[in-house]
Amino acid sequence: MTTDTLSRPIAEPAAGPSGPRKPKPWGQIASQVFLICASILWLLPIAFALYVAVRPYSDTRKYGYVSMPHHITFKNFSDAWTQSDMGHFFWNSVLITVPAVIIVLALASGVAFVLTRVNVKLNVALLILFTAGNLLPQQVIITPLYRIYLKIHLPGFLSGSGLMYNSLFGLVVINVAFQLGFCVFVLSNYMKSIPEEMYEAALVDGAGLWTRFWKLTLPLCRPALAALATLLTTWIYNDFFWAITLMSSGDKRPVTSALANLQGQFVSNQNLIAAAAMIAAVPTLVVYVLLQKQFIAGLSLGSSKG
Amino acid sequence: MSSTSQTPAPAAAVTPAQPKVRRRRGIRRLNTRDRVVVALLLGIPLLLDLVFVWFPAIGTVLLSFTKWNGVGSLHTKTCQPNMPSILNNGCWYGVQNYHQAATIYPEFWPAVRHNLIWLAVFVLIATPLGMLFAVLIDRGIRGSRMYQSILFLPVMLSLALVGIIWEFMYSQNFGLINTVIGRNGNDNAIDWLGNPHLNLWAVLVEATWRQAGYVMVLYLAGLKAVDPTLREAALMDGANAWQTFWRVIFPVMRPINIVIMVVTVIESLRAFDLVYITNKGINGLELLSVLVTSNIVGETQRVGFGSALGVVLLVISLVPISIFLYQTFRREESR
Repeated sequence: MTTDTLSRPIAEPAAGPSGPRKPKPWGQIASQVFLICASILWLLPIAFALYVAVRPYSDTRKYGYVSMPHHITFKNFSDAWTQSDMGHFFWNSVLITVPAVIIVLALASGVAFVLTRVNVKLNVALLILFTAGNLLPQQVIITPLYRIYLKIHLPGFLSGSGLMYNSLFGLVVINVAFQLGFCVFVLSNYMKSIPEEMYEAALVDGAGLWTRFWKLTLPLCRPALAALATLLTTWIYNDFFWAITLMSSGDKRPVTSALANLQGQFVSNQNLIAAAAMIAAVPTLVVYVLLQKQFIAGLSLGSSKG
Repeated sequence: MSSTSQTPAPAAAVTPAQPKVRRRRGIRRLNTRDRVVVALLLGIPLLLDLVFVWFPAIGTVLLSFTKWNGVGSLHTKTCQPNMPSILNNGCWYGVQNYHQAATIYPEFWPAVRHNLIWLAVFVLIATPLGMLFAVLIDRGIRGSRMYQSILFLPVMLSLALVGIIWEFMYSQNFGLINTVIGRNGNDNAIDWLGNPHLNLWAVLVEATWRQAGYVMVLYLAGLKAVDPTLREAALMDGANAWQTFWRVIFPVMRPINIVIMVVTVIESLRAFDLVYITNKGINGLELLSVLVTSNIVGETQRVGFGSALGVVLLVISLVPISIFLYQTFRREESR
C-alpha cells in the first residue's frame, strides 16, 4: 500500500489537467512510469514465491530468501507433488469443477431461455430471485446449509460418508446452486439480444419450444457459454470457503482448500510450500495464458449489461 | 454513490407488459409438450436455488432468534432464563443472540471494525487504483495490453494462493520486505502477519493487490462501451482530460459504477479466505465472516448465535444488492 500511494502522485498529472487534444509527452511519460512501477509491484510477489520454490531448502536456510541463487532445483516441485499426494487433490478438483461447470451452464441456459422467450408470470421477479441469490455473501447461508448437509443422506455411490456433508457431490451441488444466479443473469441478457425474427421463422417451420431452445438458442449463445465456462472453471477451482466448511476431512478436499493443510504439513520447509503453491496455480495460469480474452469477456458480460 | 437505499423490490417485481417491443410467447399458447419443457427448464434450477440458497438465507434469519447447539430438535417454546443450557436447547431466544453479540462477545466489535476498515480500504484505495489503471490503459498508451495482462494476473489466482504467495514477502527473517528495509535480524524483525496491530494492514495490501486488477477489468469493459463521440464533443468544447472524465465519462458509466460499488461492498463482506489461510482469522484478523464460520464448524456449535452474526452480514449486504437490482431491473421495465 505504501508503495502504491507513493507512486500515485506521479501519475495524478497524467489523469489530471495534462492533455487536452493530444496528451502532452510528459503526461505520457508519467503514465508509463506509473504503470511500469505498478507492473513490477504486481509481478514481484509471484516472482519471489517462484524464486523461493526453485531453490533448495539448505540454500535459503543459509542465505535467506533474498540472496543470489547458489543452486537452482526443481526437486521441490517433485517433492511437494509426491509428499503431499497433490495428484489426488487435483483429481478431487477435477471431479468437482467439471461436473459443476457443465451442470450450471445447462441449467442456467434453460432458465434464461424460458425467462426471455416464454411469458411466464413473474418473469422479472424470478430473474431477480436468481440474480440476488448469487450476490449474497456465502456466510449468510452457511449456518443452515451446514445443518442441511448433515441431514441429507445420500446413497453410497454418491458419497462415501453417506451424507451430503463431506462429499464431492455436496460440493458440486452448492457450487451449482450458488453460481446459477450469475449465469442466469448473464445468459438472459445475452439471449435478449437475439432478434425475435429468428424465432418467428422457427415457429413458421413448426419448431417446438425444445427445438427452439436446443437447436436455435444454444448455438447462438456459444460465445457467451464459452466465456462463462472459462470464468466458472476458474471460480469453482479457486473456491476455498465451501470446501473448508462443508468438508471435514483433508483427503476429499479440492486442491485450493487442501493448501491450508499443506501449510501445516510443510511448516518446517517453506520452499516446499512455495513449490506446492506454484503447482496449484498451474491450471489457472493455463487459463490465464490461453483463455484470458474469454475470461475478461465473461466478466464484461456480467457487468456491462447490468 | 446513490441515495436510493429503500428497497425497490415490489416495484421491480411487477411483470412487464411489453406488447410492442418484444412479443414473448404467452404460456397459455403453448401445447402440453412445450409446457412440460418450460416446467423442467425452469423448475429444476428454481428448486435448486430455493433449497440451497434461499431456504438457508431465510433459515439464518429464523435460527438467529433461537438458542441451539445443533443437537436435538428445534421447538417454539421460549427459553427459560436461569436454566442450565443443556435443558435450554432448540428454544426461542428472542433477540438475546444479538444482545449478547453486541455486549459480551469480545470478538464482535473488533470484527465489525475490521470489516469496516476492509471496506474503507477497498473504497478509498483498491477501487480508485483499479479505476486509475483502467483509465490509463484505456488511453491506449504504448504497451497497454501488456500492462493490462500483468495487473490482471492476481485476479486469476485464488485468494488462498494469494495469501501463501505473500507470506514469502512478509516472512519475518527471510522475507523480501524485511530484508529490503533491513529489519530481518532476529531481535528487530517486523512480524507483519503476526503483530495484531499490523497484520490487518498487511493482509489488506494483499487484498488490494488482487482487487485493483478486478476493478480495472470491469471498468475497462465499461470505458470501451462509452460512445467515443462523447469524448470528442467534450474536447471540442475545450474540456481537459480531467473534466472530460469526471463530467462526461463518469456520469454515463453509472451502470458500471453501480456494479463496481456492489462488487466492492460484497467482496469486503465476503472476505474470508485471506485471513483464514494467514492465521485462521484470529489475533487481529477477526472478521464477521470468520466469526460466523467458527460458531458453526468449530468445537462449540452455537447455531443461533452464528446465525445472528450472519444476519448482520445479510442486512449490510442488502443495501448494495437492492441498489443494484433496482438499477438493473428498473431499466428492464422501461425497455
